[in-house]
Amino acid sequence: MAKGRAFVRRAYLHVSFTFCSPFTRLPVADSGEDPQVSSTLIERAIPEKRELTTKPRPSDVAFRATLNVMSYSSLLILTIIGGFLAFRGFGAFKHNGLGFITNVDWNSSSGDGNGPYGMAAMLTGTLMISAVALLIGVPISVLTALFLTYYAPEGLKKSLVTVVDLMASFPSILYGLWGFIVLAPMATYWAKLVYKYLHWIPVFNVPGPAFERSPFLAGIVLAIMIIPIVTSVSREIFAQTPLERIQAAYALGATKWGMIRAVVLPFGASGVVGGAMLGLGRALGETVAVYSVLNIVFKINWQVLYGFGGNVASMIVLKFGEASFNEKKALLAAGFVLFVMTLLVNMIANTVVQRAVKSGK
Amino acid sequence: MTQLAPRKPWKASRADLIPVIGALILAVVASFAVVAFTPMKGKIAYALLFFIFGAGFQMALKYRDYGRRAAIDSLAGSVAISGAVLAFTPVLSLLLTAIVKGFKGLSFGFFVHDMSVANYQSPLNQGGVFPAIVGTLYLIILATAMSLPLAILTALYLTEIKGKAAGFIQFLVQAMSGIPSIVAGVFIYSALLLTTSLRGSTIMGALALAILMIPTVTRTAQEVLLLVPQDLREAGQALGATQWKTVATIVVPAARNGLITAVILGIARIAGETAPLLFTIGVSNRVNWNPFVGGQASLPIYIWGGLGDGSQTGIDRAWSAILVLLIIVLTLFVIARVFGTRKVKTK
Repeated sequence: MAKGRAFVRRAYLHVSFTFCSPFTRLPVADSGEDPQVSSTLIERAIPEKRELTTKPRPSDVAFRATLNVMSYSSLLILTIIGGFLAFRGFGAFKHNGLGFITNVDWNSSSGDGNGPYGMAAMLTGTLMISAVALLIGVPISVLTALFLTYYAPEGLKKSLVTVVDLMASFPSILYGLWGFIVLAPMATYWAKLVYKYLHWIPVFNVPGPAFERSPFLAGIVLAIMIIPIVTSVSREIFAQTPLERIQAAYALGATKWGMIRAVVLPFGASGVVGGAMLGLGRALGETVAVYSVLNIVFKINWQVLYGFGGNVASMIVLKFGEASFNEKKALLAAGFVLFVMTLLVNMIANTVVQRAVKSGK
Repeated sequence: MTQLAPRKPWKASRADLIPVIGALILAVVASFAVVAFTPMKGKIAYALLFFIFGAGFQMALKYRDYGRRAAIDSLAGSVAISGAVLAFTPVLSLLLTAIVKGFKGLSFGFFVHDMSVANYQSPLNQGGVFPAIVGTLYLIILATAMSLPLAILTALYLTEIKGKAAGFIQFLVQAMSGIPSIVAGVFIYSALLLTTSLRGSTIMGALALAILMIPTVTRTAQEVLLLVPQDLREAGQALGATQWKTVATIVVPAARNGLITAVILGIARIAGETAPLLFTIGVSNRVNWNPFVGGQASLPIYIWGGLGDGSQTGIDRAWSAILVLLIIVLTLFVIARVFGTRKVKTK
């Protein structure tokens, strides 16, 4: 008994040092059996009856209010970004109307600097490069995720997962420089091979022998850049596959591939889709790497192997340096379009991924 | 009593491995033979043939021993392995190229000189990245100072208060992490530089980078705070601490290492960003100690300049600068890992 009480008191003292909140600082009241404490002290030490309340203390009110306000900073930042770009770009939208999206030409040499400006070539270029990146990057990522989850030995798996994270933290200019110096000659050669054997498919046909700096090359660079994010999202989903279903499949005599096809892939499909969309979001907005490897021309080009193309982000970099005031505003409008595009893709992707993760739990 | 050794019947025995390795060796020989005797040439031919023969021989073995389904299973395994090889080859190539090409331009002078008397075409022993390193450090410090409070407080809101808006805020933070870096740059340009007399400076660049850093730090910090056991919070409140005291003296110290990881990952995310800086920090070829007035140099912009210059020395300088940048990013990454493995102190 006595031992237990002593423990309680020590705990109180400890708390009073830690928190210094007013009522814990009071000495312990019920130590009647303790001869060391005189009776007068006990009387003085009996606290007044405390009013029980759920009202938060002033410190908590301030704390919660600060967090509540600060948490809206992300909303504020997103709104200001969208607002400012739309406000600056308003002139260009008004001047060109819907043509801002559908016109092909970006005429920066007109007298008043008012265009006409159109993003059609750059938008189609962006979509095409991203499509190439997804077509190459997603299958490789899914295979890598499957390899990491179900094939790789434990030790190798850990280090390879670290490598995937590392790959995500490489600066994009490294991909650009590497793409320009190392990958470009190889990709040109591959493009020639693809043309040689598959030129009867319209997408792979080219009007002339120009295979350098093509959307194909930019797509490969982007594919490499989105591999880490798609792989890590897919791997996370695959790893959440319920163990009992996996074991059930094995118990019914499935091979490893049979198990993956019957259990893992149906379970992880939505997660893979979400991961691919996150990759798409990254591919749509990539600037430096694309600018380094792509020959940017304001013409719509559907032939992936042919040596010119475009991308909204790199177009902004290309034109910004020598732009007049009005053209800069048009470029900011293009930035707004890019912002809205990536924001939408990312929002959908996050919703899909979140659903997939929730269904796994 | 003798201890029985644990048996692992599913593990491949040595006898199982011999035909596998034999098939791989056979595949190598066969692909060399085909390249030598047919018009197919080049690295692609080797890789493709090796894959076909390797996977084919394995399939044949499995088919002989276990039948059709085992053969398909073996093919799927080969495909998965080749997918992983395809994914990891670029990493190897990126790192090797950066080291090999960057190393020859590195010298003591490269770290301590500025570019005031040299340009990209000067011989490699003239001029260096000292101003760029200073500028990058300035950018990192300023961007961290601006984004850290917002990010940590948002993360605390999401984990500690879990108010009505938590789901919405979470959604916004995720959406924000998808903002293309160039948009952050043009936004700062349009908001602060386009119509004012202000010119590009370090603080403008840091503002743009802070926008990119906030979501990264918030998301990692949130994950770490969620790992702090709920018991600790309850214990704190049961002992009479207010929520503020609980968070400040229990939750945050418990998650300290993880929060440091979050900040470092945020820094690694922005250290190599180029696109936002193109619009916001101006230019400088010497050290500018004032972060508020005048252009600033930085490593990504130095690399960009070298690439844009196009001359051989320009490209070489770009590779050397990228090696420096890569060393910085990798060091941060390793530090984050070391802190991250001891994520939450529960005692």
